[in-house]
Amino acid sequence: MSYAVRDSLTMLRRQLRHMARYPSLTLMLIGQPLVFLLLFVYVFGGTMGAGLPGVSAGDRGDYLDFITPGIVLMAVVSVSLGTAIAVATDMTGGIIDRFRTMAIARVSVLTGHVLGALIQTAVAVVVVVAVALALGFGPGASPGDWLATAGLLALLSLALTWLTIAIGLVSPNVETASNLPMPLMLLPLVGSGFVPTETMPDGLRWFAENQPFTPVIDALRGLLDGSPDGGTVLLAVAWCVAIGLAGYLWSRRLYRRRAAG
Amino acid sequence: MTTTTPTPPAVSVARLAKAYGDHEVLRGVDLEVPAGTVYALLGPNGAGKTTMVRILSTLLPADAGDARVGGHDVRQDPDGVRSSIGVTGQFSAVDELLTGRENLRMMADLGHLDRDRATEVVDELLRRFDLVDAADRRAASYSGGMKRRLDLAMTLVHGPRLIFLDEPTAGLDPRSRRELWQIVRELVAGGVTVFLTTQYLDEADQLADRIGVLHGGRLVAEGTSAQLKRLVPGGQVELQVADAAALDRLAERIPQGVADAETLTLAVPSDGRPAAVRRLLEAVPEDAVTAIALRTPDLDDVFLALTRPTTGDAERAEVAA
Repeated sequence: MSYAVRDSLTMLRRQLRHMARYPSLTLMLIGQPLVFLLLFVYVFGGTMGAGLPGVSAGDRGDYLDFITPGIVLMAVVSVSLGTAIAVATDMTGGIIDRFRTMAIARVSVLTGHVLGALIQTAVAVVVVVAVALALGFGPGASPGDWLATAGLLALLSLALTWLTIAIGLVSPNVETASNLPMPLMLLPLVGSGFVPTETMPDGLRWFAENQPFTPVIDALRGLLDGSPDGGTVLLAVAWCVAIGLAGYLWSRRLYRRRAAG
Repeated sequence: MTTTTPTPPAVSVARLAKAYGDHEVLRGVDLEVPAGTVYALLGPNGAGKTTMVRILSTLLPADAGDARVGGHDVRQDPDGVRSSIGVTGQFSAVDELLTGRENLRMMADLGHLDRDRATEVVDELLRRFDLVDAADRRAASYSGGMKRRLDLAMTLVHGPRLIFLDEPTAGLDPRSRRELWQIVRELVAGGVTVFLTTQYLDEADQLADRIGVLHGGRLVAEGTSAQLKRLVPGGQVELQVADAAALDRLAERIPQGVADAETLTLAVPSDGRPAAVRRLLEAVPEDAVTAIALRTPDLDDVFLALTRPTTGDAERAEVAA
Protein backbone atom coordinates (compact mmCIF):
# COMPACT_ATOMS: atom_id res chain seq x y z
CA MET A 1 0.00 0.00 0.00
CA SER A 2 1.34 3.41 -0.95
CA TYR A 3 0.40 5.01 2.38
CA ALA A 4 2.66 2.51 4.16
CA VAL A 5 5.58 3.75 2.05
CA ARG A 6 4.63 7.41 2.37
CA ASP A 7 4.12 7.22 6.14
CA SER A 8 7.37 5.28 6.58
CA LEU A 9 9.23 7.99 4.69
CA THR A 10 7.62 10.66 6.87
CA MET A 11 8.78 8.75 9.94
CA LEU A 12 12.24 8.34 8.41
CA ARG A 13 12.43 12.10 7.91
CA ARG A 14 11.61 12.46 11.60
CA GLN A 15 14.39 10.01 12.55
CA LEU A 16 16.95 11.81 10.37
CA ARG A 17 16.02 15.12 12.00
CA HIS A 18 16.42 13.52 15.43
CA MET A 19 19.89 12.29 14.47
CA ALA A 20 20.85 15.75 13.24
CA ARG A 21 19.42 17.49 16.34
CA TYR A 22 20.92 15.04 18.80
CA PRO A 23 24.32 14.36 17.23
CA SER A 24 26.03 13.29 20.45
CA LEU A 25 24.17 9.95 20.38
CA THR A 26 25.17 9.30 16.77
CA LEU A 27 28.77 10.30 17.53
CA MET A 28 28.88 7.98 20.52
CA LEU A 29 27.46 5.09 18.51
CA ILE A 30 30.05 5.56 15.76
CA GLY A 31 32.82 6.38 18.24
CA GLN A 32 32.43 3.14 20.19
CA PRO A 33 33.78 0.80 17.48
CA LEU A 34 36.50 3.33 16.65
CA VAL A 35 37.72 3.26 20.26
CA PHE A 36 37.83 -0.54 20.10
CA LEU A 37 39.73 -0.34 16.81
CA LEU A 38 42.39 2.02 18.15
CA LEU A 39 42.61 0.20 21.47
CA PHE A 40 43.10 -3.23 19.92
CA VAL A 41 45.47 -2.13 17.17
CA TYR A 42 47.74 0.16 19.18
CA VAL A 43 47.55 -1.23 22.73
CA PHE A 44 47.19 -4.97 22.11
CA GLY A 45 48.10 -5.11 18.42
CA GLY A 46 51.87 -5.68 18.73
CA THR A 47 51.53 -8.74 20.93
CA MET A 48 48.35 -10.06 19.34
CA GLY A 49 49.74 -9.82 15.81
CA ALA A 50 52.75 -11.88 16.81
CA GLY A 51 50.45 -14.62 18.07
CA LEU A 52 48.24 -14.98 14.98
CA PRO A 53 48.41 -18.59 13.77
CA GLY A 54 49.41 -19.12 10.18
CA VAL A 55 51.15 -15.77 10.00
CA SER A 56 54.91 -15.90 10.43
CA ALA A 57 56.29 -12.97 12.40
CA GLY A 58 52.89 -11.22 12.47
CA ASP A 59 52.77 -7.60 13.53
CA ARG A 60 50.38 -4.76 14.29
CA GLY A 61 49.42 -4.49 10.59
CA ASP A 62 48.46 -8.17 10.37
CA TYR A 63 46.34 -7.79 13.48
CA LEU A 64 44.59 -4.75 11.97
CA ASP A 65 43.63 -6.89 8.96
CA PHE A 66 42.43 -9.62 11.32
CA ILE A 67 40.15 -7.49 13.51
CA THR A 68 38.70 -5.02 11.00
CA PRO A 69 35.77 -7.35 10.13
CA GLY A 70 34.95 -7.68 13.84
CA ILE A 71 35.13 -3.91 14.31
CA VAL A 72 32.82 -3.38 11.32
CA LEU A 73 30.34 -5.78 12.91
CA MET A 74 30.64 -3.82 16.17
CA ALA A 75 29.72 -0.66 14.28
CA VAL A 76 26.51 -2.31 13.10
CA VAL A 77 25.72 -3.53 16.63
CA SER A 78 26.48 -0.11 18.08
CA VAL A 79 23.96 1.64 15.81
CA SER A 80 21.31 -0.93 16.69
CA LEU A 81 21.80 -0.11 20.40
CA GLY A 82 20.80 3.44 19.54
CA THR A 83 17.62 2.11 17.96
CA ALA A 84 16.57 0.45 21.22
CA ILE A 85 17.00 3.81 22.97
CA ALA A 86 15.13 5.72 20.27
CA VAL A 87 12.20 3.28 20.26
CA ALA A 88 11.93 3.31 24.06
CA THR A 89 12.04 7.12 24.05
CA ASP A 90 9.18 7.19 21.54
CA MET A 91 7.11 4.69 23.48
CA THR A 92 7.41 6.51 26.80
CA GLY A 93 6.48 9.89 25.28
CA GLY A 94 3.01 11.20 24.48
CA ILE A 95 3.61 11.32 20.74
CA ILE A 96 3.14 7.59 20.20
CA ASP A 97 -0.49 7.90 21.31
CA ARG A 98 -0.94 10.68 18.79
CA PHE A 99 0.38 8.44 16.02
CA ARG A 100 -1.91 5.64 17.16
CA THR A 101 -5.01 7.79 16.94
CA MET A 102 -4.21 8.77 13.35
CA ALA A 103 -5.27 6.95 10.22
CA ILE A 104 -1.72 6.04 9.21
CA ALA A 105 0.00 2.78 8.37
CA ARG A 106 0.62 1.45 11.87
CA VAL A 107 3.91 -0.21 11.07
CA SER A 108 5.38 3.07 9.77
CA VAL A 109 6.36 4.12 13.31
CA LEU A 110 8.68 1.11 13.43
CA THR A 111 9.79 1.09 9.78
CA GLY A 112 10.89 4.70 10.20
CA HIS A 113 13.31 3.48 12.87
CA VAL A 114 14.48 0.63 10.63
CA LEU A 115 15.21 2.89 7.66
CA GLY A 116 16.92 5.43 9.92
CA ALA A 117 19.11 2.71 11.43
CA LEU A 118 20.10 1.43 7.96
CA ILE A 119 21.27 4.90 6.93
CA GLN A 120 23.08 5.42 10.24
CA THR A 121 24.74 2.01 9.85
CA ALA A 122 25.94 2.89 6.35
CA VAL A 123 27.54 6.07 7.72
CA ALA A 124 29.10 4.22 10.67
CA VAL A 125 30.53 1.43 8.47
CA VAL A 126 31.98 3.90 5.98
CA VAL A 127 33.66 5.84 8.80
CA VAL A 128 35.06 2.69 10.43
CA VAL A 129 36.37 1.26 7.15
CA ALA A 130 37.85 4.64 6.21
CA VAL A 131 39.71 4.86 9.53
CA ALA A 132 40.89 1.25 9.17
CA LEU A 133 42.17 2.00 5.66
CA ALA A 134 43.95 5.10 6.96
CA LEU A 135 45.64 2.96 9.61
CA GLY A 136 46.88 0.58 6.94
CA PHE A 137 44.10 -1.99 6.52
CA GLY A 138 44.76 -3.78 3.23
CA PRO A 139 41.67 -5.57 1.91
CA GLY A 140 41.95 -7.84 -1.08
CA ALA A 141 38.26 -7.66 -1.98
CA SER A 142 37.05 -7.42 -5.59
CA PRO A 143 34.20 -5.02 -6.43
CA GLY A 144 31.89 -8.03 -6.29
CA ASP A 145 33.18 -8.89 -2.80
CA TRP A 146 32.60 -5.31 -1.65
CA LEU A 147 29.06 -5.47 -2.97
CA ALA A 148 28.46 -8.76 -1.17
CA THR A 149 29.96 -7.23 1.99
CA ALA A 150 27.56 -4.29 1.76
CA GLY A 151 24.65 -6.67 1.23
CA LEU A 152 25.58 -8.83 4.21
CA LEU A 153 26.03 -5.76 6.42
CA ALA A 154 22.65 -4.38 5.34
CA LEU A 155 21.03 -7.71 6.16
CA LEU A 156 22.81 -7.82 9.53
CA SER A 157 21.74 -4.27 10.28
CA LEU A 158 18.14 -5.10 9.40
CA ALA A 159 18.23 -8.18 11.64
CA LEU A 160 19.79 -6.43 14.64
CA THR A 161 17.52 -3.40 14.24
CA TRP A 162 14.36 -5.51 14.44
CA LEU A 163 15.81 -7.26 17.48
CA THR A 164 16.65 -3.98 19.21
CA ILE A 165 13.26 -2.52 18.27
CA ALA A 166 11.74 -5.40 20.20
CA ILE A 167 14.10 -4.67 23.10
CA GLY A 168 13.10 -1.00 22.96
CA LEU A 169 9.43 -2.01 23.03
CA VAL A 170 9.80 -4.48 25.87
CA SER A 171 11.76 -2.03 28.05
CA PRO A 172 9.65 -0.14 30.58
CA ASN A 173 11.94 2.90 30.32
CA VAL A 174 14.80 4.40 28.36
CA GLU A 175 17.49 3.34 30.86
CA THR A 176 16.53 -0.31 30.53
CA ALA A 177 16.50 -0.01 26.76
CA SER A 178 20.01 1.35 26.85
CA ASN A 179 21.35 -1.36 29.18
CA LEU A 180 19.50 -4.45 27.98
CA PRO A 181 21.20 -4.88 24.58
CA MET A 182 24.73 -4.21 25.93
CA PRO A 183 25.74 -7.91 25.80
CA LEU A 184 25.40 -7.67 22.01
CA MET A 185 28.38 -5.34 22.05
CA LEU A 186 30.52 -7.88 23.93
CA LEU A 187 29.47 -10.88 21.84
CA PRO A 188 32.02 -10.24 19.03
CA LEU A 189 34.77 -10.47 21.69
CA VAL A 190 33.66 -13.99 22.59
CA GLY A 191 33.83 -15.12 18.98
CA SER A 192 36.22 -15.01 16.08
CA GLY A 193 36.42 -11.22 16.06
CA PHE A 194 39.60 -10.55 17.98
CA VAL A 195 41.40 -13.85 18.44
CA PRO A 196 41.22 -17.15 16.55
CA THR A 197 38.72 -19.35 18.37
CA GLU A 198 41.12 -22.30 18.52
CA THR A 199 43.14 -20.44 21.18
CA MET A 200 40.20 -20.58 23.64
CA PRO A 201 39.52 -23.22 26.34
CA ASP A 202 37.09 -25.98 25.28
CA GLY A 203 33.71 -24.79 26.62
CA LEU A 204 34.28 -21.20 25.58
CA ARG A 205 35.62 -22.33 22.24
CA TRP A 206 32.46 -24.30 21.55
CA PHE A 207 30.36 -21.23 22.33
CA ALA A 208 32.61 -18.94 20.29
CA GLU A 209 32.45 -21.17 17.26
CA ASN A 210 28.70 -21.65 17.38
CA GLN A 211 27.41 -18.20 18.30
CA PRO A 212 25.81 -16.27 15.43
CA PHE A 213 28.37 -13.46 15.17
CA THR A 214 31.25 -15.86 14.40
CA PRO A 215 30.03 -16.97 10.95
CA VAL A 216 29.13 -13.34 10.19
CA ILE A 217 32.64 -12.17 11.13
CA ASP A 218 34.23 -15.09 9.26
CA ALA A 219 32.13 -14.33 6.19
CA LEU A 220 33.08 -10.63 6.34
CA ARG A 221 36.73 -11.55 6.81
CA GLY A 222 36.62 -13.83 3.77
CA LEU A 223 34.85 -11.25 1.63
CA LEU A 224 37.18 -8.38 2.61
CA ASP A 225 40.16 -10.65 2.03
CA GLY A 226 38.89 -11.53 -1.42
CA SER A 227 38.58 -15.24 -0.59
CA PRO A 228 34.99 -15.77 0.52
CA ASP A 229 33.84 -19.23 1.57
CA GLY A 230 30.36 -19.93 0.21
CA GLY A 231 29.30 -22.13 3.11
CA THR A 232 30.28 -19.55 5.72
CA VAL A 233 28.53 -16.74 3.88
CA LEU A 234 25.39 -18.86 3.62
CA LEU A 235 25.50 -19.66 7.33
CA ALA A 236 25.95 -15.95 8.10
CA VAL A 237 22.97 -15.07 5.92
CA ALA A 238 20.89 -17.80 7.58
CA TRP A 239 21.70 -16.43 11.06
CA CYS A 240 20.80 -12.89 9.98
CA VAL A 241 17.50 -14.03 8.49
CA ALA A 242 16.69 -16.03 11.64
CA ILE A 243 17.53 -13.15 14.01
CA GLY A 244 15.72 -10.65 11.81
CA LEU A 245 12.59 -12.75 11.53
CA ALA A 246 12.50 -13.47 15.26
CA GLY A 247 13.07 -9.78 16.02
CA TYR A 248 10.38 -8.70 13.56
CA LEU A 249 7.77 -11.13 14.87
CA TRP A 250 8.59 -10.25 18.47
CA SER A 251 8.40 -6.51 17.70
CA ARG A 252 5.10 -6.92 15.89
CA ARG A 253 3.62 -8.83 18.78
CA LEU A 254 4.83 -6.30 21.36
CA TYR A 255 3.67 -3.37 19.28
CA ARG A 256 0.20 -4.82 18.79
CA ARG A 257 -0.16 -5.68 22.45
CA ARG A 258 1.02 -2.24 23.42
CA ALA A 259 -1.36 -0.73 20.91
CA ALA A 260 -4.17 -2.69 22.51
CA GLY A 261 -3.27 -1.10 25.84
CA MET B 1 -41.37 11.18 -1.03
CA THR B 2 -38.39 12.74 0.62
CA THR B 3 -36.78 11.46 3.73
CA THR B 4 -34.47 13.53 5.83
CA THR B 5 -31.80 11.44 7.43
CA PRO B 6 -30.87 13.03 10.74
CA THR B 7 -27.14 13.56 11.21
CA PRO B 8 -25.83 10.64 13.26
CA PRO B 9 -24.49 11.62 16.68
CA ALA B 10 -20.76 12.36 16.74
CA VAL B 11 -20.34 10.04 19.69
CA SER B 12 -22.71 7.44 21.02
CA VAL B 13 -21.84 5.13 23.83
CA ALA B 14 -23.91 2.37 25.39
CA ARG B 15 -23.23 0.30 28.51
CA LEU B 16 -19.50 0.88 28.17
CA ALA B 17 -17.39 -0.97 30.74
CA LYS B 18 -13.69 -1.30 31.38
CA ALA B 19 -11.74 -2.80 34.26
CA TYR B 20 -8.06 -3.11 35.04
CA GLY B 21 -7.90 -6.37 36.96
CA ASP B 22 -10.26 -5.98 39.90
CA HIS B 23 -10.48 -2.24 39.52
CA GLU B 24 -13.59 -1.31 37.55
CA VAL B 25 -12.87 2.01 35.90
CA LEU B 26 -16.04 2.30 33.81
CA ARG B 27 -19.16 0.51 34.99
CA GLY B 28 -21.68 0.87 32.22
CA VAL B 29 -21.70 4.37 30.78
CA ASP B 30 -24.29 5.61 28.27
CA LEU B 31 -23.96 8.94 26.57
CA GLU B 32 -24.57 10.69 23.28
CA VAL B 33 -22.96 13.76 21.75
CA PRO B 34 -24.86 15.42 18.88
CA ALA B 35 -22.67 16.65 16.01
CA GLY B 36 -21.59 20.26 16.33
CA THR B 37 -21.92 20.46 20.11
CA VAL B 38 -19.50 20.50 23.02
CA TYR B 39 -19.71 17.74 25.60
CA ALA B 40 -17.75 17.98 28.83
CA LEU B 41 -17.02 14.92 30.90
CA LEU B 42 -16.56 16.26 34.39
CA GLY B 43 -14.97 14.30 37.20
CA PRO B 44 -12.12 14.11 39.70
CA ASN B 45 -8.86 12.32 39.04
CA GLY B 46 -9.41 8.62 38.69
CA ALA B 47 -13.09 8.93 37.75
CA GLY B 48 -12.43 7.22 34.42
CA LYS B 49 -12.37 10.28 32.15
CA THR B 50 -9.10 9.48 30.44
CA THR B 51 -10.07 5.82 30.08
CA MET B 52 -13.22 6.99 28.31
CA VAL B 53 -11.23 9.17 25.88
CA ARG B 54 -8.74 6.37 25.25
CA ILE B 55 -11.52 3.94 24.38
CA LEU B 56 -13.30 6.41 22.10
CA SER B 57 -10.05 7.32 20.33
CA THR B 58 -9.21 3.62 19.66
CA LEU B 59 -6.25 3.51 22.04
CA LEU B 60 -7.88 1.08 24.42
CA PRO B 61 -10.41 -1.71 23.87
CA ALA B 62 -13.50 -1.69 26.08
CA ASP B 63 -14.44 -4.85 27.98
CA ALA B 64 -18.12 -4.52 27.18
CA GLY B 65 -20.63 -2.18 25.59
CA ASP B 66 -20.79 -0.32 22.31
CA ALA B 67 -19.13 2.86 21.19
CA ARG B 68 -19.62 4.60 17.87
CA VAL B 69 -17.54 7.62 16.94
CA GLY B 70 -18.22 9.64 13.79
CA GLY B 71 -20.60 6.88 12.72
CA HIS B 72 -17.90 4.19 12.96
CA ASP B 73 -17.82 1.37 15.46
CA VAL B 74 -14.70 1.74 17.62
CA ARG B 75 -14.07 -1.99 17.68
CA GLN B 76 -15.04 -2.95 14.12
CA ASP B 77 -13.69 0.03 12.24
CA PRO B 78 -10.91 1.73 14.20
CA ASP B 79 -9.39 3.23 11.04
CA GLY B 80 -12.74 4.82 10.17
CA VAL B 81 -12.80 6.37 13.64
CA ARG B 82 -9.19 7.53 13.37
CA SER B 83 -9.75 9.30 10.07
CA SER B 84 -12.58 11.36 11.54
CA ILE B 85 -11.07 12.41 14.87
CA GLY B 86 -8.27 14.47 16.35
CA VAL B 87 -6.98 13.83 19.86
CA THR B 88 -5.10 16.07 22.25
CA GLY B 89 -4.13 13.92 25.18
CA GLN B 90 -3.38 14.91 28.72
CA PHE B 91 0.35 14.62 28.18
CA SER B 92 2.19 16.66 25.62
CA ALA B 93 2.33 14.86 22.28
CA VAL B 94 4.69 17.17 20.46
CA ASP B 95 8.10 16.10 19.19
CA GLU B 96 10.44 18.28 21.22
CA LEU B 97 13.42 17.77 18.92
CA LEU B 98 11.47 19.20 15.99
CA THR B 99 10.48 22.83 15.52
CA GLY B 100 6.85 23.90 15.71
CA ARG B 101 6.67 24.13 11.94
CA GLU B 102 8.26 20.69 11.48
CA ASN B 103 5.83 19.15 13.96
CA LEU B 104 2.88 20.57 12.02
CA ARG B 105 4.43 19.56 8.71
CA MET B 106 4.86 16.00 9.98
CA MET B 107 1.15 15.92 10.86
CA ALA B 108 0.29 17.25 7.39
CA ASP B 109 2.39 14.49 5.80
CA LEU B 110 0.81 11.83 8.00
CA GLY B 111 -2.60 13.30 7.16
CA HIS B 112 -1.69 12.73 3.50
CA LEU B 113 -2.19 16.36 2.50
CA ASP B 114 -0.58 17.36 -0.77
CA ARG B 115 2.43 19.64 -0.67
CA ASP B 116 0.74 22.97 -1.41
CA ARG B 117 -2.19 22.32 0.88
CA ALA B 118 0.21 21.23 3.65
CA THR B 119 2.19 24.48 3.46
CA GLU B 120 -1.03 26.47 3.47
CA VAL B 121 -2.51 24.64 6.47
CA VAL B 122 0.73 24.79 8.47
CA ASP B 123 1.10 28.56 7.90
CA GLU B 124 -2.51 29.17 8.78
CA LEU B 125 -2.31 27.17 12.02
CA LEU B 126 0.93 28.88 13.06
CA ARG B 127 -0.83 32.22 12.63
CA ARG B 128 -4.02 31.17 14.32
CA PHE B 129 -2.22 29.71 17.34
CA ASP B 130 0.15 32.66 17.65
CA LEU B 131 3.23 30.54 16.98
CA VAL B 132 4.64 32.39 13.97
CA ASP B 133 7.59 33.88 15.87
CA ALA B 134 8.43 30.55 17.46
CA ALA B 135 7.75 28.47 14.33
CA ASP B 136 11.38 27.65 13.64
CA ARG B 137 12.45 27.06 17.22
CA ARG B 138 12.56 23.60 18.70
CA ALA B 139 9.43 22.71 20.63
CA ALA B 140 11.64 21.85 23.64
CA SER B 141 12.15 25.58 24.16
CA TYR B 142 8.40 26.36 24.21
CA SER B 143 6.51 27.38 27.36
CA GLY B 144 3.73 25.16 28.71
CA GLY B 145 1.05 27.26 27.05
CA MET B 146 2.85 27.29 23.71
CA LYS B 147 3.35 23.54 23.80
CA ARG B 148 -0.34 23.07 24.48
CA ARG B 149 -1.24 25.37 21.59
CA LEU B 150 1.13 23.49 19.27
CA ASP B 151 -0.32 20.21 20.51
CA LEU B 152 -3.83 21.37 19.66
CA ALA B 153 -2.71 22.81 16.31
CA MET B 154 -1.19 19.41 15.44
CA THR B 155 -4.53 17.80 16.24
CA LEU B 156 -6.27 20.08 13.74
CA VAL B 157 -3.92 19.73 10.76
CA HIS B 158 -5.90 17.05 8.96
CA GLY B 159 -9.20 18.86 9.57
CA PRO B 160 -11.04 16.48 11.92
CA ARG B 161 -14.76 17.15 12.52
CA LEU B 162 -14.58 15.73 16.04
CA ILE B 163 -11.84 16.42 18.52
CA PHE B 164 -11.12 14.95 21.92
CA LEU B 165 -9.44 17.17 24.49
CA ASP B 166 -8.32 15.36 27.61
CA GLU B 167 -7.94 17.96 30.36
CA PRO B 168 -6.88 20.62 27.87
CA THR B 169 -6.04 23.28 30.44
CA ALA B 170 -4.46 21.17 33.19
CA GLY B 171 -1.31 22.91 34.36
CA LEU B 172 -1.87 26.09 32.36
CA ASP B 173 -1.71 29.58 33.83
CA PRO B 174 -4.98 31.56 33.84
CA ARG B 175 -4.14 33.57 30.73
CA SER B 176 -3.20 30.49 28.66
CA ARG B 177 -6.33 28.82 29.94
CA ARG B 178 -8.53 31.64 28.65
CA GLU B 179 -6.71 31.64 25.32
CA LEU B 180 -7.39 27.94 24.97
CA TRP B 181 -11.06 28.41 25.79
CA GLN B 182 -11.26 31.04 23.06
CA ILE B 183 -9.69 28.63 20.58
CA VAL B 184 -12.19 25.93 21.49
CA ARG B 185 -15.07 28.40 20.99
CA GLU B 186 -13.74 29.28 17.55
CA LEU B 187 -13.54 25.61 16.64
CA VAL B 188 -17.11 25.07 17.67
CA ALA B 189 -18.19 28.12 15.70
CA GLY B 190 -16.59 26.40 12.71
CA GLY B 191 -18.84 23.38 13.20
CA VAL B 192 -16.39 21.05 14.97
CA THR B 193 -17.72 18.72 17.65
CA VAL B 194 -15.70 18.79 20.87
CA PHE B 195 -15.55 16.10 23.53
CA LEU B 196 -13.53 17.33 26.47
CA THR B 197 -12.74 16.14 29.94
CA THR B 198 -12.09 18.43 32.84
CA GLN B 199 -12.07 18.55 36.58
CA TYR B 200 -13.08 22.19 36.66
CA LEU B 201 -16.75 23.06 36.77
CA ASP B 202 -16.08 26.56 35.46
CA GLU B 203 -14.38 25.12 32.39
CA ALA B 204 -17.33 22.87 31.64
CA ASP B 205 -19.60 25.82 32.39
CA GLN B 206 -17.73 28.07 29.95
CA LEU B 207 -17.51 25.66 27.05
CA ALA B 208 -19.99 22.83 27.16
CA ASP B 209 -23.50 22.47 25.82
CA ARG B 210 -23.92 19.39 27.94
CA ILE B 211 -22.01 18.13 30.93
CA GLY B 212 -21.77 14.57 32.15
CA VAL B 213 -20.57 14.00 35.70
CA LEU B 214 -18.46 10.86 35.91
CA HIS B 215 -17.99 9.38 39.32
CA GLY B 216 -16.73 5.95 40.25
CA GLY B 217 -17.06 4.77 36.68
CA ARG B 218 -20.71 5.82 36.33
CA LEU B 219 -22.38 8.85 34.85
CA VAL B 220 -24.10 10.15 37.97
CA ALA B 221 -25.66 13.21 36.35
CA GLU B 222 -25.97 14.72 32.94
CA GLY B 223 -27.42 17.96 31.67
CA THR B 224 -26.75 21.55 30.82
CA SER B 225 -24.71 23.63 33.19
CA ALA B 226 -27.90 25.28 34.54
CA GLN B 227 -29.56 21.91 35.11
CA LEU B 228 -26.56 20.62 37.03
CA LYS B 229 -26.36 23.68 39.22
CA ARG B 230 -29.98 23.20 40.19
CA LEU B 231 -29.04 19.79 41.55
CA VAL B 232 -26.55 21.38 43.85
CA PRO B 233 -27.61 23.07 47.04
CA GLY B 234 -26.90 26.77 46.69
CA GLY B 235 -23.80 28.53 47.77
CA GLN B 236 -23.16 30.00 51.15
CA VAL B 237 -22.24 33.21 52.86
CA GLU B 238 -19.19 32.92 55.05
CA LEU B 239 -19.02 35.25 58.01
CA GLN B 240 -15.58 35.79 59.47
CA VAL B 241 -15.33 36.68 63.17
CA ALA B 242 -12.51 37.82 65.43
CA ASP B 243 -12.51 35.16 68.16
CA ALA B 244 -14.19 32.01 69.46
CA ALA B 245 -16.51 33.89 71.77
CA ALA B 246 -17.79 36.02 68.90
CA LEU B 247 -18.32 32.85 66.86
CA ASP B 248 -20.45 31.32 69.63
CA ARG B 249 -22.57 34.46 69.93
CA LEU B 250 -23.06 34.61 66.16
CA ALA B 251 -23.93 30.93 65.91
CA GLU B 252 -26.61 31.41 68.53
CA ARG B 253 -28.11 34.28 66.59
CA ILE B 254 -28.03 32.43 63.23
CA PRO B 255 -28.95 28.81 64.01
CA GLN B 256 -28.90 27.64 60.34
CA GLY B 257 -25.18 28.50 60.09
CA VAL B 258 -22.38 25.98 60.50
CA ALA B 259 -19.58 27.18 62.76
CA ASP B 260 -15.96 26.29 62.06
CA ALA B 261 -13.81 26.98 65.14
CA GLU B 262 -10.57 26.45 63.19
CA THR B 263 -11.11 29.20 60.66
CA LEU B 264 -13.43 31.26 62.90
CA THR B 265 -16.12 31.35 60.25
CA LEU B 266 -19.82 30.73 60.22
CA ALA B 267 -21.07 29.29 56.92
CA VAL B 268 -24.69 30.13 56.21
CA PRO B 269 -26.45 28.42 53.28
CA SER B 270 -27.63 30.99 50.77
CA ASP B 271 -28.59 31.13 47.12
CA GLY B 272 -26.67 34.37 46.86
CA ARG B 273 -29.64 36.60 45.88
CA PRO B 274 -29.20 40.19 47.13
CA ALA B 275 -32.46 40.18 49.08
CA ALA B 276 -31.50 37.01 50.97
CA VAL B 277 -28.01 38.27 51.70
CA ARG B 278 -29.38 41.62 52.93
CA ARG B 279 -31.81 39.83 55.25
CA LEU B 280 -28.97 37.72 56.63
CA LEU B 281 -26.74 40.70 57.22
CA GLU B 282 -29.54 42.55 59.00
CA ALA B 283 -29.47 39.79 61.60
CA VAL B 284 -25.76 40.34 62.19
CA PRO B 285 -24.64 43.06 64.65
CA GLU B 286 -22.47 45.59 62.85
CA ASP B 287 -19.15 44.95 64.64
CA ALA B 288 -19.57 41.18 65.16
CA VAL B 289 -18.19 40.23 61.73
CA THR B 290 -14.77 41.15 60.34
CA ALA B 291 -15.28 39.97 56.74
CA ILE B 292 -17.91 38.48 54.48
CA ALA B 293 -17.36 36.06 51.60
CA LEU B 294 -19.93 34.81 49.15
CA ARG B 295 -19.24 31.28 47.96
CA THR B 296 -20.99 29.97 44.82
CA PRO B 297 -21.23 26.22 44.24
CA ASP B 298 -18.08 24.72 42.77
CA LEU B 299 -17.11 21.27 41.65
CA ASP B 300 -16.66 20.12 45.24
CA ASP B 301 -20.28 20.98 45.96
CA VAL B 302 -21.49 19.28 42.79
CA PHE B 303 -19.66 16.14 43.74
CA LEU B 304 -20.68 16.21 47.34
CA ALA B 305 -24.28 16.62 46.27
CA LEU B 306 -24.23 14.04 43.50
CA THR B 307 -22.09 11.43 45.16
CA ARG B 308 -23.33 11.58 48.73
CA PRO B 309 -23.37 7.93 49.74
CA THR B 310 -26.91 6.66 50.26
CA THR B 311 -27.90 3.33 51.75
CA GLY B 312 -26.35 0.47 49.81
CA ASP B 313 -24.42 2.91 47.79
CA ALA B 314 -21.51 3.60 50.07
CA GLU B 315 -19.25 1.37 48.07
CA ARG B 316 -19.90 3.38 44.94
CA ALA B 317 -18.71 6.53 46.60
CA GLU B 318 -15.60 4.83 47.83
CA VAL B 319 -14.23 4.00 44.42
CA ALA B 320 -14.10 7.68 43.52
CA ALA B 321 -10.39 7.77 44.18
